[in-house]
Amino acid sequence: MADALIAITVLWGFVFIYAVMATMDFGAGFWSMVYFNKEKTKATNVANRYLSPTWEVTNTFIVALVVALYSLFPGAAFTLGTILIIPGSAILLLLALRSAFLVFSNNAKEYRKPLTYISGITGIIIPGLLISVLPITQGAFVDYENGGANLNLVGLFTSPNVYAFIGFAISSTLFLSSLLLADFSKASQEMDAYKVYLRNGKILGPVTLVMALLIMLTLENEAGWLYDRMMEDFLLLGISVAFFFLVGIGLYGSSPFQKGVQGMPRLSVVAATIQYLLAGYVYGKAHLPYIVYPDITIQSAFTDPNSFRAVFITYIVGFAILFPGFFYFWSLFMNDKRYLRQKG
Amino acid sequence: MDDLLIARSLFGTTMAFHIIFATIGVGLPLMILVAELLYQKTKDQDYVVMAKRWTKTFAILLGVGIPTGTIAAVQLSLLWPGFMQVIGRIMPLPFQIEIYAFFVEALFMSIYVYAAERLAPWMRIASLVLVALGALASAVLITNVHAFQGTPAGFRYENGEFLDIDPWAAFFNPSFLVTAGHVALSAYVVGAFVVGSVAAFKMRKHARGSRVYLFHQKALMLSLVVGGIFAFFTALNGHASAQYLHEYQPEKLAAAEGLFETQSHAPLAIGGFTDPETHEIKWAIEVPWALSFLAGNSFDTVVVGLNDFPEEQWPPLFVHTLFNAMVGIGSILILIPILVFIWKKILKKKHYPKFMLWIFVATGPLAVLAMEFGWIFACTGRQPWVIYRILSTAESATTATNLGILFILFITVYIILGIAVVLVLLYFFRKNTEMDDIRRAEKKGTPLFSSNS
Repeated sequence: MADALIAITVLWGFVFIYAVMATMDFGAGFWSMVYFNKEKTKATNVANRYLSPTWEVTNTFIVALVVALYSLFPGAAFTLGTILIIPGSAILLLLALRSAFLVFSNNAKEYRKPLTYISGITGIIIPGLLISVLPITQGAFVDYENGGANLNLVGLFTSPNVYAFIGFAISSTLFLSSLLLADFSKASQEMDAYKVYLRNGKILGPVTLVMALLIMLTLENEAGWLYDRMMEDFLLLGISVAFFFLVGIGLYGSSPFQKGVQGMPRLSVVAATIQYLLAGYVYGKAHLPYIVYPDITIQSAFTDPNSFRAVFITYIVGFAILFPGFFYFWSLFMNDKRYLRQKG
Repeated sequence: MDDLLIARSLFGTTMAFHIIFATIGVGLPLMILVAELLYQKTKDQDYVVMAKRWTKTFAILLGVGIPTGTIAAVQLSLLWPGFMQVIGRIMPLPFQIEIYAFFVEALFMSIYVYAAERLAPWMRIASLVLVALGALASAVLITNVHAFQGTPAGFRYENGEFLDIDPWAAFFNPSFLVTAGHVALSAYVVGAFVVGSVAAFKMRKHARGSRVYLFHQKALMLSLVVGGIFAFFTALNGHASAQYLHEYQPEKLAAAEGLFETQSHAPLAIGGFTDPETHEIKWAIEVPWALSFLAGNSFDTVVVGLNDFPEEQWPPLFVHTLFNAMVGIGSILILIPILVFIWKKILKKKHYPKFMLWIFVATGPLAVLAMEFGWIFACTGRQPWVIYRILSTAESATTATNLGILFILFITVYIILGIAVVLVLLYFFRKNTEMDDIRRAEKKGTPLFSSNS
């Protein structure tokens, strides 16, 4: 039991890291498209400066997530693989177009605009499809026939809860990426771009909060068990909302150390990350012990204990070795003025 | 087509497309590294220009290689959930460790490309070494899963249950080193000859002795040397691989060689076709006793023929042709660099006539073809099993139906990506000619690696 809990915590950790990194990544791609024709603000340049070196690393996390899922919980592989074949394939197809055209747009200058549009638009659809995996695992759209599980697509696409999730994913993508790019452009001293992203953050924050409330409202109807369990952690949800107001202070307030500049975007980024972490924790905890409700639990799907031990050791060794690499990467691209404040 | 066949075709198409990019993605970093090191040694700017142009190519190819690799990884669990259920339990380590290799490659690739001008030379080379190692390790680890499928180990299988699971014993399954070695060595062959192909193609288009001609001639020589050496090692390793088949998967070797009757002093059939009706090989050149010798280092070695196995467990017979084509191309790729050496050093010829350049142009596509044939042989030769004598391909497939539409969608996306990546490469290198980069390299202080117009 303890091992399965550790394993699901690792897995949920990957889900969280990928969710945050992917929203920033897909959002940056979308903003790069939106401000394509407004060259003066440099909003597109800032988005690309963030995106170019990071997208490969972000993409690696989705593979890490999938690998973690079937090496920690192979018992869930058959059901998950079968019910996710349609949404999973749709995600893969869009992801392939998005990544490829993102790279192409950086290398074929004259065709940059259409290429950026393809990657921007496909990129903003992907988070909506990715998050649909969560309501699918809530079980209401899984039919069991002749011993096999099947996804009820009609049920899926007529469910208000699913649409609330999709809306939440897309607005979160735009919201979190605005916050990050505001911080990134401030560090790059691109003040025009900074103002654009700060304003976007102010608009999208409340929209995202409404979407989150809509998820809870529709959840009560469609997956009452999950709603009730989430409500048991009402206090944590409240703290999560409190962090949302901290994000607001970061957006509207002005830094006591820096006169004349509105906003403390780094505070907003950190507060928003904590807000999502808390909310994600409450959702994940309420979902336990089910991976796919009500048939697959973390115990029934858990891997062999020997394999778990071996995999867990590679996690510790692997990330210990990788950590300096991540740090070096961060210092070169997020914290080096020569990179941030380059021309063009 | 039934659903199983569509599932196999879909996954096969994904892999066939992905491995082109994956293989070049392993081979190219080595070429870049060799060019960077040659520059440090000779201080000849041309090698920096090569490194830059190959790095650009590598970065553009990654735009397809990474997402198709992601597709392959996820499609494994979407199409073959029964397989991943077993692999996740027994053989999770290669996939898991591959993730770290993948991270190393992604982090340092970005550092090498986007921070090139801010790095000290030694740090640039160190980043490149890490990219090359990461790519190599990914290939070796993924191939390890394939090795396990052929020679499963690390568990006891009784009454449909997996007992006494030892994931490290599974990781070091008998054919790990020889199989992974084959993939790694042949990736370097492909990387080198693809580079050589492009160089020879460009030489055709420029006046003999011109600056650009000489630039590409250096690249061609480099790729012939690297490609020839690795082609030779691949052949040695291929011999070891065949001996492993003889020991662990005899029906696969029998199908590859078109051998039906179990016998000592078995002949080696080169070329020809296996006739599924009469169970014999037709139109082949037979070298007496050779197969026995190759399989077990002595003419007395008894090589098991297909007739010793129930027919429903035979691999498809066409693998004989794939196997021959792979070995044939591999041999040509060893021979060409030797002939060039004779031409240059012994006959003392200074120039290559047009037809020779055309032969060099052909080597890259041939190397890619050999790699595809080898891979199709390796995977269809294991059929009907997905894990040899443990799990059949049919049992491991998804129960989902109507896969046809997905098959069409994926093929469409691969066609779009395939055409687009070629167009982008052509466009980019037409806008940034060799001379542009050579001039940038000669002018001190202008960025070369991040130059991109």
